[in-house]
Amino acid sequence: MSIDMSQFHQVFFEECFEGLEAMESGLLTLDMGDIDSEIINTIFRGAHSIKGGSGTFGFTVVADYTHIMETLLDEMRDGRRKVTQPAVDVLLGSVDCLREMLTAIQNEQDVNNSSVAKHKAALEAVLNGSSVAEAPVLPIEHEAVNEKTIIDNIPHVDEEESFELDEQGWKIAFCPYLDLLKTGNDPVRLFRELNELGELTTIVNVQDVPGFYELDPEECNISWDLKVVGNDISGDDIKEIFNWVEGDCEMDIQPLAKTSKPSPTVNNVIPEPVAIAVSNSPAPKPVEVKSKPNAEAKKAESQDSDNETAKNMAKASSIRVDTDKIDTLINMVGEVVITQSMLGLVGENFSMDKVGQLKRGLAQLERHTRDLQQSVMNIRMLPISFVFSRFPRLVHDISSKLDKKIVLKLVGENTEVDKAVVELINDPLVHLIRNSLDHGIEMPADRVAAGKSETGTIELKAYHRGGHIVIEIIDDGRGLDKDKLLSKAIEKGLIEENNLLTEKQIFELIFMPGFSTAEQITDISGRGVGMDVVRRNIQSLGGNIEIVSELGKGTTIAIHLPLTLAILDGQSVAVGDETYIVPLVSIIESINITERMLNKVAGKGETFRLRNEYLPVIRMRKIFNVHSGNPTKSKEGVLVVVEGQGELCCLLVDELLGQQQVVIKSLEANYRRVEGVSGATILGDGSVALILDVPGLVRFSTR
Amino acid sequence: MEQEAENKDIDQYHYSRNLDNAVQYLSFALGKEEYGVDILRVQEIRSWEPVSRIPNVPCYEKGVVNLRGSIVPILDLRERFNLSKAEYTALTVVVVLQTGDSNKTRIMGVVVDSVSDVISVDKTEIQSAPDFGTKVSNEFINGLVSVNERMVMLLDVDKLLKLEELVDQDES
Repeated sequence: MSIDMSQFHQVFFEECFEGLEAMESGLLTLDMGDIDSEIINTIFRGAHSIKGGSGTFGFTVVADYTHIMETLLDEMRDGRRKVTQPAVDVLLGSVDCLREMLTAIQNEQDVNNSSVAKHKAALEAVLNGSSVAEAPVLPIEHEAVNEKTIIDNIPHVDEEESFELDEQGWKIAFCPYLDLLKTGNDPVRLFRELNELGELTTIVNVQDVPGFYELDPEECNISWDLKVVGNDISGDDIKEIFNWVEGDCEMDIQPLAKTSKPSPTVNNVIPEPVAIAVSNSPAPKPVEVKSKPNAEAKKAESQDSDNETAKNMAKASSIRVDTDKIDTLINMVGEVVITQSMLGLVGENFSMDKVGQLKRGLAQLERHTRDLQQSVMNIRMLPISFVFSRFPRLVHDISSKLDKKIVLKLVGENTEVDKAVVELINDPLVHLIRNSLDHGIEMPADRVAAGKSETGTIELKAYHRGGHIVIEIIDDGRGLDKDKLLSKAIEKGLIEENNLLTEKQIFELIFMPGFSTAEQITDISGRGVGMDVVRRNIQSLGGNIEIVSELGKGTTIAIHLPLTLAILDGQSVAVGDETYIVPLVSIIESINITERMLNKVAGKGETFRLRNEYLPVIRMRKIFNVHSGNPTKSKEGVLVVVEGQGELCCLLVDELLGQQQVVIKSLEANYRRVEGVSGATILGDGSVALILDVPGLVRFSTR
Repeated sequence: MEQEAENKDIDQYHYSRNLDNAVQYLSFALGKEEYGVDILRVQEIRSWEPVSRIPNVPCYEKGVVNLRGSIVPILDLRERFNLSKAEYTALTVVVVLQTGDSNKTRIMGVVVDSVSDVISVDKTEIQSAPDFGTKVSNEFINGLVSVNERMVMLLDVDKLLKLEELVDQDES
């Protein structure tokens, strides 16, 4: 009987999560004691739309919960309550709680009742707490857009709280004829106008609404009892508003009696059309919430979180795209079509004197194709703020846990990067920032002793550099202690005692598995897993990570990532008859050599001396078992010096062919992973070329 | 169920045999032997074109080709079954097959000498494969069927392509 609401769920959840993020960032920027109504309004709006939406979709748990939050926020907004740190913390907690609830609902799991109840209790404690500036005389608004209330029109909630105020205003019985909507009038607009005159309360009568199958969506079967509260509203003002619909409705306007009887009210501040549409149809089944015994709940919680991650992985992802970007794309496609038809004309009766025209057309086509490619890639680009926006919260929470004073500065949040990169960079960044918080920044007392300001700063910076995005995490903490790193590494047997390491190599030590210099293992960091995972993740994205640090001054960790994972700049090389692509980013230089310039090591390996450094040589012919092509040619070849896993090595190939952008195709989709190969691409002639995985090759060759 | 229903429709058109059990197979030749694969697994039939070799894989994995934008591996069935090698000619055929586990479908090409026919087989007439000895591994063979006095070996596509994963695990 009901409309299939589930098709809107995805959008609803997306909007909710966006709203939650906005609330979170708003809460974090709130200054204590001071009331910035703009920020509170933003938070309030977030809460309000979540409440409205969840009511509409029948997620009453969420709606009820948000309602309490809203009450608190409302008091803050009106200045009836001071903004205190505990209150903000509780609100932040509720944001988390809401997120949990929504995720659970999204994954069609049971909402964890015990945690909801806990947060709810905390909220109510704040709400009833003594920190209220003045006792709230005003009744608490009940804006339940809960369709149950609308449909049944049963006075229930509000009867206890009688409106004992002296109210001035008007009472309007508004009963539109069936064809009100057909004349182009929208009651919602009228109500909005009324709301500007004074505080509007609406009661919807839906008893005339027919069953769903008899329902004509163009007919207006609903009537309203309206109440406008406010001083100085004249009857003419109200009549003016209803001027337009005069012939299309029955209405009765009465001044409000003093101390009006409490009426069952459903207060729609702005009755959204969605809410009305729903009120026409029977309520969607509310989400069933089963309560569990506490002990079980805990167990279920951990299970749920496991399931959740699994589900999140499988979930199809969607992306919001700026309309501008789509318009550009459509323009571009138009251009391509025009060029194509122009070329078609040229081709139809081709003669040699049209060669010039043909060439021009082809050049144009090339340009348009490139532009088209660019704009399609652009669609996948998201600002890095999608990742960054989560960190103020993280820093806030952890720094208060650690009793440190830390400011997080975000720079370049609007830098755009491919969606896939955005998704995959989050975890490594979280890890690095936790590290900076825990190990980097000192305790306030230590900082003062070191002559630094009490408050530490972590700067998160993103910018583009030459087809790459660079993300830097800069802290002004204690920096890395080289001697300590070295002794620790020797102690753990990760390096030999007499090894001479460069500064860079010493810093690289922290990326080794099992390496941690933290004296104490905390729940934030220090277990020595992680940094190696961070580096591996970043490398799997085709990026690299660098550390610069000065003892006592701070540490800078820079992550370089490709802008997109779909296209890469490649150098095609020939090995025998075969063509391979070397990612341009990993190439340091290429050198023409002859056989004699290589040195054998222990009869097996080979090295090449490049500016006083001996680099290992990988013969591509040998490692890939290539037998084709002219074997005499291998007497001389080209050495491509590449960097993989932070080390240099040389690939011996027969010839360099050319540089080009290639579209990365997965080998695994229909085949499987191949050692030393990261993917494949299709060359101009339609044949397939393999893209070399340089770090993988280095690993492969040392085996 | 759906597949069977579909088969039934086609069969009704061609044959008037036992309709409930009929399955259609695409038969092809490898040397003098004749094999068949479930026709619903056949995506398309193409002529042989040069492949890009993949380094360090078994020799029957000839390489990959570009099939309208996706990278598709090509297997040589003669080499897979340890039959004598044949030169690739203009008549050499690649049958593109689909395999699907529950969540992912793959496509893959197999090189055969020539495609012969579409045969309709009554399920009850399929005999289980006897032990062939060492020459042909019979793990891919679902059964035997006799069509116009010729013996056709029916191949299990999933097993043919599943072997991939096993090799992968061995290597890594």
